Amino acid sequence: MRATGWEHVVPTVLGMTKRQRIVVVGHGMVGHRFVQAAIERGLAETHDIVVLGEEPRAAYDRVALTSWFGSGPDALSLLPGGEYDDPRVRLVLDSVVTEVDRAARTVTVVSPPSAVGDLLAHPGAVTVHDYDVLVLATGAAPFVPPVEGRGKDGCFVYRTIEDLEAIRAASEAATSGVVIGGGLLGLEAANALVQLGLDTHVVEMAPRLMPVQLDDAAGSTLVRHVERLGVTVHTGVVTEEVEGGSSVTGLRLRQAGTEEGAPTEVVDAQVVVFSAGIRPRDALARECDLEVAPRGGVLVDEQCRTADPHVFAIGECAAPGGTMYGLVAPGYAMAEVVVDALLDGPGTFTGADMSTKLKLLGVDVASFGDAFAATDGALELTYADAVAGVYKKLVVSEDGTRLLGGILVGDASAYGVLRPMVSSGLALPDNPEQLILPVGTGPGLQLGMPDEAQVCSCNDVTKADILHAVAEQGCESVADVKQCTRAGSTCGSCVATVKNIIEDHFASVGKVVDKGLCEHFRLTRQELFDVVAVHGYRRFDDIVAAHGTGRGCDVCKPAIASILASQTSTHILAPATAELQDTNDAYLANIQRNGTYSVVPRIPGGEITPDKLIVIGEVARDYGLYTKITGGQRIDLFGARMEQLPAIWRRLVDAGFESGHAYGKSLRTVKSCVGSTWCRFGVQDSVGLAIALELRYRGLRSPHKLKGGVSGCARECAEARGKDFGVIATEKGWNLYVGGNGGATPAHARLLAGDLSTADLVSYLDRFLMYYVRTADRLQRTSTWIEQLDGGLDRVREVVVDDSLGLGAELEAEMARHVGGYEDEWRATLEDPAKLARFVSFVNAPDTPDPSIAFTTEREQIQPIAPALIPVGAPA
Amino acid sequence: MSTVAISLTPVCAVDTIPIEGGVAALVAGSAVAVFRSFDGSVFALSNVDPFSGASVLSRGIVGSRGDVPVVSSPMYKQAFDLRTGACLDDAAVRVASYDVAVVDGVVHVGSIRPAGEDA
Repeated sequence: MRATGWEHVVPTVLGMTKRQRIVVVGHGMVGHRFVQAAIERGLAETHDIVVLGEEPRAAYDRVALTSWFGSGPDALSLLPGGEYDDPRVRLVLDSVVTEVDRAARTVTVVSPPSAVGDLLAHPGAVTVHDYDVLVLATGAAPFVPPVEGRGKDGCFVYRTIEDLEAIRAASEAATSGVVIGGGLLGLEAANALVQLGLDTHVVEMAPRLMPVQLDDAAGSTLVRHVERLGVTVHTGVVTEEVEGGSSVTGLRLRQAGTEEGAPTEVVDAQVVVFSAGIRPRDALARECDLEVAPRGGVLVDEQCRTADPHVFAIGECAAPGGTMYGLVAPGYAMAEVVVDALLDGPGTFTGADMSTKLKLLGVDVASFGDAFAATDGALELTYADAVAGVYKKLVVSEDGTRLLGGILVGDASAYGVLRPMVSSGLALPDNPEQLILPVGTGPGLQLGMPDEAQVCSCNDVTKADILHAVAEQGCESVADVKQCTRAGSTCGSCVATVKNIIEDHFASVGKVVDKGLCEHFRLTRQELFDVVAVHGYRRFDDIVAAHGTGRGCDVCKPAIASILASQTSTHILAPATAELQDTNDAYLANIQRNGTYSVVPRIPGGEITPDKLIVIGEVARDYGLYTKITGGQRIDLFGARMEQLPAIWRRLVDAGFESGHAYGKSLRTVKSCVGSTWCRFGVQDSVGLAIALELRYRGLRSPHKLKGGVSGCARECAEARGKDFGVIATEKGWNLYVGGNGGATPAHARLLAGDLSTADLVSYLDRFLMYYVRTADRLQRTSTWIEQLDGGLDRVREVVVDDSLGLGAELEAEMARHVGGYEDEWRATLEDPAKLARFVSFVNAPDTPDPSIAFTTEREQIQPIAPALIPVGAPA
Repeated sequence: MSTVAISLTPVCAVDTIPIEGGVAALVAGSAVAVFRSFDGSVFALSNVDPFSGASVLSRGIVGSRGDVPVVSSPMYKQAFDLRTGACLDDAAVRVASYDVAVVDGVVHVGSIRPAGEDA
């Protein structure tokens, strides 16, 4: 059979094994992880995978649910495109599995009418899927205690984006809200209510917040932090009744441990959120007679297999060995174990590290290992600073040699080092108190961690895995290691440790990770940028004399030219910088393989009049240029001899064109769809905005090329999320995405801020671009720049949106200076005989064209004839 | 003396060549790249980049590698020793190096020098 590349979708009849089908029920974080692992580890080579998701959207980061208010649902998505990039995996959303028939090996799915459109024609479609392997990943549901009045309008749970949408809608008419439950999720929910502007209360039955993870001292430290944010905390109380008519008006509370009829107090509230724990969603398993654990959860063995060998359960719906795990990391581990089992691997799940580190209401909180000193003879070391709101506790073994666990509130920076010490059994130093004393009073946290220590618990990455990535796979940065091992890519709490491991390794092998630009400068591009700004240098000679050695090269000279261009608005061919430019900038055109150039006039937003289109055609025809439409919605004219460039520009400039900067590490295009002016689906004028943005940022010199896009609706026809900055119209304004690119390592742009007014959008973009121009490495696209920033996209958001560095006005002023100082580089060159002097074929024979350039004709246009290569070693 | 005078082609005023820049000249039908280094020394190499075959070396960036004055090809960035034409990134490759002299402020290009002979 001839290979077509589509063998995997063709039923096999020629003696090959029949493909098996895996049905995954549930597309939450764990179901998604299972599919990812199945693709990456080759399980999809032999299995088709059907994923049935109940929610209307693909898997998203439920752990970060609260951030949805700030950035919208897209930023949370784990599968931004909504489908897997693998034809063997099919994701079906809006699908509720109603029945599992284990004898027939089928599942029955009902899609709600809303999902299939016409209510009358499709009153809920029923589909039956066969399976060879069934993976239950249905997660857990919030537990709502049987409190009187819990069904009133204004009562909510906190689990899905839809829950949050409902809470937000109810909050518009509310002034205060109560969260029932002071655990992890309860505090997250309280954070949501605070963000919605409600006077917020938290009610906890236990005598302290987060009773499962924290001791009393840690709990009260946390209360002080939380109350500082305006949240009122009620601990040691039970909810007697939700008061009100059809809608909630308040909550009646009674001291825990008192009898009914004891005095009560009432907290006014129009919104009540139940967050009193979760229960496994194991109903499907119960109904098909699979055993469940006494406290809920599908009972599975160490391979996460039920008593039926064809059925597995993973995540919060599962109970391996009878215990349910309510964190994402154990769920991920279970997903990996099932993939391993299906590949006949040895992996088992034998329990999980329940350590947690979170930022709750802006407070760092961590709890790990034996946090309550339950081990016989365990000792506690505590450090508390009531003023700073910091509490740290270490639990050590009786002989003081082993760390058993600990609690950190207010400053959890030591977590990355401490947690692996527990799991690896590493010997404590002689003075373990140094581990929790404030930085600066101790020797720091650089401890020899054994290779088998697990550094990233979310993705089960050990120190050895990281060292392997660094030593054998060429990783040099946290960003590389993230990509290679996934360490630090889920909750991010281990990123600082990963960084230390990388740096320690390089130090130990004597490798200096030289971030210097080249042999002439030990400074990074960012450092050079600052040096130039501080000293106000305008000439390469001054910079290299003061901060470098030698006479520069093709790396540092264009980099410095770019820095000078970003900071001043001097023409790039001015005498001080002309010889620093790479050949594309030096000739304001793009060099091609035979030494000719291509010319790209700017067509802002891709909008062009017929008259101007005709001019481009006439110029191309008159100069015999090969003509091709670019991916950035403009037109590239190839085959211009260097000495022809000024005449070509003259024709274009006279017709109203200007340079498109296709040659520069600078803004290229802002691509647009046709938008609301023509498109019946468009909600905003995407062309108008694209033109405005392209004209605003044209000519901005940057560390690498920059591209933008604007789509007029969520259909995203401009492919804006494949750009360094992408703008997508919403009913209310614009969503701004950053960090996308195509090329060899494509990246999808991620949401920076949502529903922006045009003015806010421009001000955020000004700040984002200038922050990038200032701090990125040479030839670093925005995606890798964001990835290597400490804090990643969150850091960008802090600086750009929250203005945490107070740089916003300065960055905007720099952009205003750029915008005001812009001039067309082609026109300015045409007006200056000194700049035009370089555009001659031969200095002593300006009328003789380069005789080595020759063309042939193909499809009615010119193509270069490759110059004869000179044999190696033989001088021309 | 007379033979030398015949083989030298006047190309341009030395000030025409920017410091740490280059120009292309046509010498006896061949394209020659003439450069001026930071200290004002003038060098001449074949203008043809041996890696691409394109006549472009005069458009390269002039700088240094270690103590060696170099031009890097604008096409694929290999560095060439301005004094000898030797490629610093590939020992097997060398571009032709020309005799060059500045007489009364005018650059004159002579004939190709045998390999291994410095300026």
